[in-house]
Order: sequence, then C-alpha cells, then structure tokens
Amino acid sequence: MVQQTEAIAPDTQHEAPPEVVKSLRDHGALPQWRLMWRQFRRHRLALIGLIVLIPIYFMAVFAGFFAPSSADTAHTALPYAPPQRVHISAEHGMFVYGYSSTRNQETFEQTFTVDKSKIVDVGWFVRGDEYSVVGPIKSNIHLIGPTKAGEAFFLVGADQSGRDLLSRLIHGARVSLSIGLVGVFASFLLGMLIGGISGYVGGRVDNIIQRIIEFIMSVPTLPLWMALSAALPGSWGPLTRYFAITVILSLIGWTGLARDVRGRFLSLREEDFVMAARLDGVGRTGIIFGHMVPSFASHIIASISMAVPRMILAETSLSFLGLGLQPPAVSWGVLLEGAQNIRAVATAPWLLTPGLAVVVVVLAMNFVGDGLRDAADPYK
Amino acid sequence: MQPLLEVRELRTHFELSDGVVKAVDGVSLSVPRGRTLAVVGESGCGKSVTARSILRLVEKPARIVGGEILLYDDAPDTKPLDLLAAKDKRLRQVRWADIAMVFQEPMASLSLVHTIGDQIIEAVRLHENVGKQAARDRAIEMLDRVGIPDPKRRVDSYPFQLSGGMRQRAMIAMALSCRPRLLIADEPTTALDVTTQAQILDLLQDLQQEFGMAIMLITHDLGVAAQVADEVAVMYLGEVVEQGPASAVLSNPKHPYTQALVRSVPRLGLRGKDRLVAVRGTVPPPYERPTGCRFHPRCDSFMAGKCDVTVPVRVRSDEIDVACLLYGEEER
Amino acid sequence: MSLLETKGLTMHFPLHGGFLGRNRGFVKAVDGVDLSIKAGRTLGLVGESGCGKTTLGRCIVRAYEPTSGSIMFDGVDLAPLSEKQLKPYRAQVRLIFQDPHSSLDPRTTLRDIIAEPLRVQESGSRDEIDDKVASLLRRVGLRAEYAHRYPHAFSGGERQRVVIARALATEPRLVVADEAVSALDVSVRAQILNLLRDLQEESGLTYLFVSHDLGIVEHVADDVAVMYVGKLVESASTEELYSKPLHPYTEALLSAVPDPDPASRGQRERIKLLGEIADPSRVPAGCPFHPRCGYAEARCASEVPQLREIGGRKVACHLAEQLDLMGVLTATTAP
Repeated sequence: MVQQTEAIAPDTQHEAPPEVVKSLRDHGALPQWRLMWRQFRRHRLALIGLIVLIPIYFMAVFAGFFAPSSADTAHTALPYAPPQRVHISAEHGMFVYGYSSTRNQETFEQTFTVDKSKIVDVGWFVRGDEYSVVGPIKSNIHLIGPTKAGEAFFLVGADQSGRDLLSRLIHGARVSLSIGLVGVFASFLLGMLIGGISGYVGGRVDNIIQRIIEFIMSVPTLPLWMALSAALPGSWGPLTRYFAITVILSLIGWTGLARDVRGRFLSLREEDFVMAARLDGVGRTGIIFGHMVPSFASHIIASISMAVPRMILAETSLSFLGLGLQPPAVSWGVLLEGAQNIRAVATAPWLLTPGLAVVVVVLAMNFVGDGLRDAADPYK
Repeated sequence: MQPLLEVRELRTHFELSDGVVKAVDGVSLSVPRGRTLAVVGESGCGKSVTARSILRLVEKPARIVGGEILLYDDAPDTKPLDLLAAKDKRLRQVRWADIAMVFQEPMASLSLVHTIGDQIIEAVRLHENVGKQAARDRAIEMLDRVGIPDPKRRVDSYPFQLSGGMRQRAMIAMALSCRPRLLIADEPTTALDVTTQAQILDLLQDLQQEFGMAIMLITHDLGVAAQVADEVAVMYLGEVVEQGPASAVLSNPKHPYTQALVRSVPRLGLRGKDRLVAVRGTVPPPYERPTGCRFHPRCDSFMAGKCDVTVPVRVRSDEIDVACLLYGEEER
Repeated sequence: MSLLETKGLTMHFPLHGGFLGRNRGFVKAVDGVDLSIKAGRTLGLVGESGCGKTTLGRCIVRAYEPTSGSIMFDGVDLAPLSEKQLKPYRAQVRLIFQDPHSSLDPRTTLRDIIAEPLRVQESGSRDEIDDKVASLLRRVGLRAEYAHRYPHAFSGGERQRVVIARALATEPRLVVADEAVSALDVSVRAQILNLLRDLQEESGLTYLFVSHDLGIVEHVADDVAVMYVGKLVESASTEELYSKPLHPYTEALLSAVPDPDPASRGQRERIKLLGEIADPSRVPAGCPFHPRCGYAEARCASEVPQLREIGGRKVACHLAEQLDLMGVLTATTAP
C-alpha cells in the first residue's frame, strides 16, 4: 500500500459547497449524537417511520395487555368469522353484534351474518385471559375486550380455528419484531469481531477472512436457510426453535456487516486523526476504542438498522414456508402460513393482515435506517 | 469597447435547511474580448459559483435568484443574449460553442468510460456539422496543439491513463475544440505542481494568442493571476470588491482587502525576515454576513458608524472600480 | 550542533497487486536521505508532489518505520526503536499536519484533543492538564473557553491553531510541519506563519518545514533541502540556494513560481521542464532528473550522481561546477 498524501495547494479543496460549512452555525458545543439527532429530524420519512415503530414495539412488549385475548383462545364454532364493527349507542354504550352462522346446504360452507339481536358489550380495561406481564407477575386486564369474558370479539376477524386474529397479530409481533433485533445483535457481534480482526490485522488473515465471507455470500440464502431449518429436530420446543432460527439467520447476516466494519477500519487506519493519536503516543487499544470505534459506531448502527427488516422478512418467509417457527408459536410468518390457501383467502381476506403488518413495519424500519444513515456522519 | 461578457448583479443562493447561504450576492463584472480576466478570492468568496452560474451549471440546493449575464455578439450594436433568460436549448448551443469550461479536477468532468478522442469528437459533432473522420482529425490536431505527445495514439486513451497535467491538457483540448469565444478556467492548475502549473499557464497564453478567445481564470493564487491576467476582479464574501487592470490592482490595490491580501503573500526573491502582514480574523461563517461593508470586521481602515452601516457602491478611482467607502466621496 | 541527523534514511513501500496480493516491486518514496537540522533553526524541505517529502517527514516523527537508515535525534537513533521505547521521544518530536479538517477527531473536544499527548505522558493531574490546555489555547491565539467545543465549529485557520497547540503541548524540541499552511486561505496563512515564528522565538523550537511553496519556504527557512523522487538533490542555506541554485531542478522549480508582481511579467526567463515527475516505483536510471533536464549529458543517463559538497553546500549533479544557473534573489532586504 502506498501511503502518500502530498496534495498540492489544496486551498480550494474546502471551497465552494457551503454544505460543508452548514454545520458551523451555533452548535460548536454539541456532541455527535446531538448533531445526528438534528440531522435525523430533518428526514421526514425517517421521523414518520420512528413514530410508527415506537407504538408497535410498545404494543409488542405489552402484548398481553393490548391483545383482547390470548393467542390460543379459540371459538371453535366460529372459524373464519368476519371482522366486527364497534358500535356505540346511548343504550348499550360500546358494543359489537354477535354472529349467527348458517351452513350452506350444497357446499357445506359456513357463512356468518351479523346478528343484530346478539349484543356483545365491549369495554376498556376489562378482565379476560390471564397473561404474564413480566416473569411471574400476572394480570388479566386487557385494554379492550368483551365485558363478559369468553365472548367472541374479532375486530379483524378470526382464523380457521376461530381464534381472534388481532390478538394473534399482537402476540405474533413479539416474535417477529424481536427476532430481528436478536438476530441482528448476534450478527453484529460476529461482524464486529471478525470484521475488526480482518481490518485491523490485515495481511494474510484479512485475505483468508475475505475469501470466506465471499464464499458465504455466494451461497444462495433461501435454500441454505431451508436446508438448515429443515435439519432442526422436530422435537424441539418453540423457544429452542426460536433461538435456532435466530442463529441461522445471523449466521448469514454477519457477512455484510463484517465487510462494512473491515472497510471502516481500513479507511480509518489511514485517517490523519488516527495517525495523530498514534503520534501522541496513544496505544493500540486506546486508538481503537477511543477514536476508531466511535467514528464508525454511528455508521454501524445505521447499517444494523437496515439489517433488522431483512431479518424480519427472512423469518416471515421461513415460517410462511413452514420451515421457521411452527405452531403453537405465533409469529407473523406463522400467521401468514394460514393464508397460503387461495380459497381461505377468498372467503377470509383478513387473513392477509399479518402481511400488511410486515409491510408497514419493514417500510418504517427502512425509512428509519435511511434517516440514520444520512445522519451517521454529521460532519460531512 | 464592448465587453464579451457582462455579469450584472448576479445572485446565486444555496437554500439549505439551516438557512440561506448567499454564495454569490450581487456580483458584477465584465470579461473583455480576447483578453484574460482573473477572478481572485479566498475559499468561500463565491468565485467558483460565479463561474458555474454563467453557464447555469449550478445544481440544487444552489439557485440563481437574480441578475443578468449578457453575452455580446461579435457584431457591434446587436442585442446581447441574456444567458439567465435564455431557453435551455439556446444555452446548450452556447456551451462549448461560445463558452467552454475547464475545471480544477479534470477527472470530475471527463467521462471515465470513453476515450478522450471520442469525447472531443462528440463535442465537436454536437455543435458543428462535420463528419466523423474530420472530427477525429480535429481531435488529434487539438491534442497536438495542447502539447500531448504522440496525439495519434493518445486520442484513443482513457482519462485514467494520463497524468494530472496531461488530463488537464486533454480537458483544455476538449474545451477549445469548438473554438469558443470565452474559456472559463476554474482553478485549472490548483491540483498541479508548480512546474506543471507553469506549463499549463504558458499553454493557455499561447492558445489565447492563437485562437483569440477571452479567458476567465478563477484562482486563489495572486501569483497565477499576476502571470496571466490582463484584468483582475477580487471577490470577497459573494461580491466583487475591486476590478481593474491587473498591473494596477496587483501593484497598487485600492481596496483594503486586496491590499492586505497582496501584502500577506511572501514574494519570491524579496527575502524579508520580518513578520508577514496578516489579515486579521477569519472569513466569517456563511450565515453571518456582516452588515454594511462585508469586510469591515477585518479591515484596518474601518470607520465606525460608516463602514458597518453603509453598503459601499462601486466607484471608479484611477483605473480601478472599487467598492469601498474610502473612495468616491469627493468624486461624487 | 545538529539536533536531528538522518543517515541513509530509506522508506520503500511494497506494491501489492494481483491474486492474493503478491509483491510487485517497491515504491521508493524515500531513498537514502542524509539530512541534518541544527537546534533552533528551520530547515525547509521542498519538492513536487510525489517527491517523498511528506514520507520523509513522517519517517522522522516515526509515523512510519523506515526500511533502513538512521534517525539520530539528540544522539539517539529513533529508527529501530519499538513503540514502547519511542514513548518519551513522541513528546519531543511532533508533527503538524497539512489538513486541519482531517487531522482533528471531530468527536473530541478541543480540550481532549490537546490534552491527549499530555494524558499519555502522564504529566499532571486533571486540573493541571486543564490549566495547561487553557494556556496553550491562549498561546496559539484562541480563547480558553473554546476548550469544550468541537472542532467542526471552527474555521480552517482556527483548526490549524488547535493542531499547533496539540503539537506544542508536550513542549517538543523538534516540530515537523508538513505543508502546515497549504490548506489555508491566503489571508490566514500569514497569521499561522507568524504564529509559528513567534513560537520558535519563545521556545527555541527547531522546525522541519515541509512545503511545495517556495515563496513561503524562502520566508521561513534558514536552510533549504530540495527533494526529487525520494532523493535529496540539493541543500544549502536559503540565501545561497535562492540566489544561485546548483542543481538544474532547483533552478526549474524557482523559475516556475508565479510572481505576484505583474511588473515582473515577461522579465524572468522561464525554464521549461519537459514532462512530469518520475514514478517513484520506476525511477529512471542514472540521474533521476535527467529525462527532464535541459542540461543533461550522456553520463547523466547512466551514472547516478552522489550528493557531494561544493563550497560548503551539497548538490547531486554531475555538472554542478560547469553550470551557471539562474536564481531569483534579486534584492536582499535581509539586514
């Protein structure tokens, strides 16, 4: 590597684009994260994404409270029951109408009609299925639900076993949203470690690591995931399976991140301010953790935030194919598996709502990631 | 005599999220026919933006918000063309054919995937009705003219195969291939070594004599300006503070800013062991343009209650147009 | 006595390329340089880009580990020292970077930037270091309150003052200024040059002033060394070198500098150099300058000229005695 930086009279190097100096005004005392926040705020879509994501994650954390029932409470008599509308009247307060079902004599298909004679009272903070808030602390208060526990209450309809889709969606969000974070965290650790070694040590080690990464990247992901998850023993419980899937997802996800980290290390090693620290007499670890990691941390966070939606999509695809999580575990992918049947979708289109949830979340995350990426280097 | 190009009250602003940066804010200058005007100033003074605004080569967030740029025809008493008001199609004809531009970093303006010859041929054929072979001959002739050795072979090389100096020569060949009446050279030698810089400056002067075009040279280097310019315009914070003949402006400047600038450059061969005379302070940040005369916070001749209040208008003092309140009172 | 003396200092960078990065030769950035600087003086090091002057400066501050040769600093050879052994010398030999934008970590306050070398050298308590930073800031012409601000709020000239403060924090004896004012605006350059000179007068600093700008070097340097493709081609006192260069390359460099006085136009004769600086990975045989030299003879293409002494100055040219070269020093205003 040739290391020469003898530029000639670059007086004008810093000329012209006033964008360079736009951060000069009045915030000389602001640390990096404040500058980043300023920049992020200007990215309107990213802000919208954030505003969408925060309540969704909040809901996922307190799924038991926000969901009207547990994920498994089934009304076997009401498969594919359509969504109910909430009515408000002076007489009854908040209520929904019940169903009356008739069976088509020719096709044996069950059809539901709204039965205005059956009134199900609905209230805020009602008692219903028991759930655990945190660990052993249990509660049975739900944000919204039928005042008389156990009555059918399907705001977005029911699935093939007569389970409330909204409740399943909210419970499924826990898995779907957390698998992205956990998976990314695992690939982050791997990527940082391997990429860091590759970039800092360089030479032969770097060469070997890069070739391995290239190999992994060249393997088509979907078949690999499928093969790996198909190899998981069927006897594993949902929790073990969850972690196994996370590991499988992150095994592949780390490569991009490792390359990113390595690239940053390599370019930072040549930075003047890193050399300045070395000439100040700062040791290796001091330089890495005092100067190098802080300068690329924001970039890494940005690229991680772009990796989360990819993980969510991967989990959804695997579960949709029946290779990821399996019932009784609930995730958006598992829910979508129920919508594989065209006829079921034709009669009960609300089964596709988990897909809508995936789209909304992934879009919002991409927007946030975009905003983070733009804000990652506020000094540009 | 009628000038070739006249810039009147040009304003180009950058509309950024933090506010508006008035990079060019009321620039007026004129480029004489067949001669060289050097536009001199420090970084951030708006000299490059002015150059780009002439051909309307500014992109978002920059916007030309006002002014006139008048290109005069060779025949006297014809109506000049206002480049800012011209239709896009008309402007495209003016680029290359009437006004061509050379940049500091030729790599940024040459296409990396086309040979130099192809780029010149394309430019020529876009503006003139000539055959492919004729255009190629023209390309070879131009490359030869700018001093690229072995032009018959070099015409088929790609920009990355040439050294910095050679690339700048190729860029000049391309700019001059349609025989423009004005060549705008934006810091053409800043990225080059002194020895190469001297070669390029000599080349520009030779070409000017041969083709008779006017040159507008943007530079931060007073030495370069002194070597090639007939006229000098000095810019500070988006304005022209002084314009006049090079000999007058550089050896006997009127504006305190130019005076300070000239004094602060150590001159070769006049070795003085004394301290340099420095301009006080720094160029103010782009959002905080001083009131009144923009140079007043750094000016040694600052007159309180006057310079910080009144915006100086340009007056003529000797042969120089100067925008400073020290001058013009008595003449007016 | 010389504070710094290099002997045969050489820095070759391996050229990697091809599959699995096989070595394809070397870039001879610095190739056997003998240089000496007397304490309290300023040596100007000039040359075109790619001549190796920046690399030489960086070898001296031991940013690079030289391939061979010695760097005698005050009687100690810095070249073979390990990072640990170097620590005390890191405080005594300092570097001022060219680009004040890239050499300051944007995530660190001025206080932490300037205090870093002090922290490493463990010189004093937190309060003592704070006081020291404040006095350094004042010394380079900045306000002490700026200590808690970040570099991005400052202009190029102000940042360069911070860079200088950092270099001076450990009270060094030798400062390598690598194009220290090249990235600055013309009007700010003079301020920084004056500051560097004041600091030299106050603390008896020794400078190695690396620059491509011959006008500035003439102003600041007591002695000047000229480099071409990794080698010294000439060194002499500033006055001697500018008034009568002995090497054709020096002559060409001097004549290429544009004079800001329009009256001088056309009066000075320009030496036209052919071509451009040689590629340091493929140095021409014989005198590396011969393909561009207007005076070259047959033996210049085959025999490598050694740096030799002529009348108390040094030059590496076969023809030094025969040539009568043109300088620029027309009027000496020095007392």
